[in-house]
Amino acid sequence: MPVLINVTQKERETEPISEEMGVVDRANVVLETQRLSVFYGNFKAIHDVNLSFQKNKITALIGPSGCGKSTLLRALNRMNELVPSARAEGAVLYRGHNLYAPNVDPVEVRRRIGMVFQKPNPFPKSIYENIAFGLRINGWKGSKAEMDDIVERSLRRAALWDEVKDKLKQLGTSLSGGQQQRLCIARAIAVEPEVILMDEPCSALDPIATLKIEELMIELVKQYTIIIVTHNMQQAARVSDYTAMMMMRPDRSGEVIEFDTTETIFTKPKDKRTEDYVSGRFG
Amino acid sequence: MATSEIRRNFAPAEDMSFDAIQGSRRLKGMLLVAFSILALAVGVGMVLTLLIDVLVRGLPWLDWQFLTSFDSRFPERAGILAAMVGTALTIVITVIVSLPVGIMSAIYLEEYARDNWFTRLIEINIANLAAVPSIIYGLLGLAVFVRFFGLNRSILAGGLTLALLVLPIIIVVSREAIRSVPNGIRQAAYGIGATQWQTVWHQVLPVALPGILTGNILAASRAIGETAPLVTLGALTFIPFLPKDLLDRFTVLPIVIFNWSSKPQREFHDVAAAAIIVLLGILLLINLLAIVLRQRLRKQF
Repeated sequence: MPVLINVTQKERETEPISEEMGVVDRANVVLETQRLSVFYGNFKAIHDVNLSFQKNKITALIGPSGCGKSTLLRALNRMNELVPSARAEGAVLYRGHNLYAPNVDPVEVRRRIGMVFQKPNPFPKSIYENIAFGLRINGWKGSKAEMDDIVERSLRRAALWDEVKDKLKQLGTSLSGGQQQRLCIARAIAVEPEVILMDEPCSALDPIATLKIEELMIELVKQYTIIIVTHNMQQAARVSDYTAMMMMRPDRSGEVIEFDTTETIFTKPKDKRTEDYVSGRFG
Repeated sequence: MATSEIRRNFAPAEDMSFDAIQGSRRLKGMLLVAFSILALAVGVGMVLTLLIDVLVRGLPWLDWQFLTSFDSRFPERAGILAAMVGTALTIVITVIVSLPVGIMSAIYLEEYARDNWFTRLIEINIANLAAVPSIIYGLLGLAVFVRFFGLNRSILAGGLTLALLVLPIIIVVSREAIRSVPNGIRQAAYGIGATQWQTVWHQVLPVALPGILTGNILAASRAIGETAPLVTLGALTFIPFLPKDLLDRFTVLPIVIFNWSSKPQREFHDVAAAAIIVLLGILLLINLLAIVLRQRLRKQF
């Protein structure tokens, strides 16, 4: 087993995995990682990840617990830095700019690459303020009417407007779980990011709310690029265009073992471990 | 195998007497409960005795004249006007100074400070400062505010000294309140491009505010009851005038109580009881305010 891993590792040092597979359209890559490794203190959480994310596509990150999916996702908009001991090596290229270059402000990165979290986390403020906050802190200056307009547009795009239009002054936290998560999505898209990262956005929701979020993702991807971490195989199969399969290496760091179109991953994966995982044999 | 071993330690079912075993065990439990009730009774009894004694002796003296008069050599003319004004002004200064300093310190320690030996040293020191006897703060105030800054034995010096005294408490409770803010809120703010300060100011602080304010009010109520540091500082015991400004000399309720109760005349002891009723009333009101405020602000969630 270790021998096998050494071989794949060697191959990868010369060629990034995404190009090696030849599955993505190079001209339409928005976000790309190059030999990205993330450490928490001395512990290496992900190892040498080379992935490309296509514009206006949904890419799913799947794999068993602890394989570094969330860490990889959070490294893409530098959210990992909120953990004091976290450190990244390698590069994340966003339209050719390395997000880890010394002159890059992580605050600006996160405005362009938004995030939706596992547990719905609306601010304990009104529904209206939840949306407006992101604009205000980013220096948006405009009339009240324009703000009303953006709030409505964001809520409409998140398929929440009809449910909340009469109670915009109510607390965001008073909504149901599924509504809260759609509010969080509306909040994320209000600041017009290009990429939206979703960290298991449906794991705290019931099946009906989950379905709504999935429909919403398929709608949103026309304007945004979505990267989603999910434990739910069916979800990855239903919504995503590309899938990256991650596994834990013997040193407990996570790596991408296979990346391809979702169809290929779920119908004829190249790696035996991917096949076992997507068919529910482990994890 | 394990089960059979456990079984061996019990008496066999046929010769087990339910009453004996249950009886002795229950007796132990009942003894403990009885002891707890006794302990509680001692505490509550003491407070009740004190309260009843104070009310019986003080209430007859508590009237409008008492609240609006200055101190006097004659118990029937003595009042607490100067002391109440002194207490009010001192506490206002204490709160104005300690609130922002305490909250900002707490924000720094919770949100900004890196976890290293220096931060830990500061934390340990703050925890220790909260336990330093209040009279030491009086000496500190005397040396720093009265002598070094030349504020004399003024309201300002007294308020600043009390501010130092309650600062560690305020920092500890404010940190506690800030720490209890769910991390999801911080992540949400960062996730849409908020800076650290925007996150703290617009999202974390408003959520932590009920806890911070409650802690601050309770700290202020502790400052109101403090006597030792102000005695050390040299606050007056007898003043027949109202302070002209914050650099004027002053007295506070606890000091007046202390003064009256150490007088030989019995009547003054009863007048002191009346002042104690006022002081307790103020403290009760403040604590009530803290509870109401917390309930009010908590409802926002």
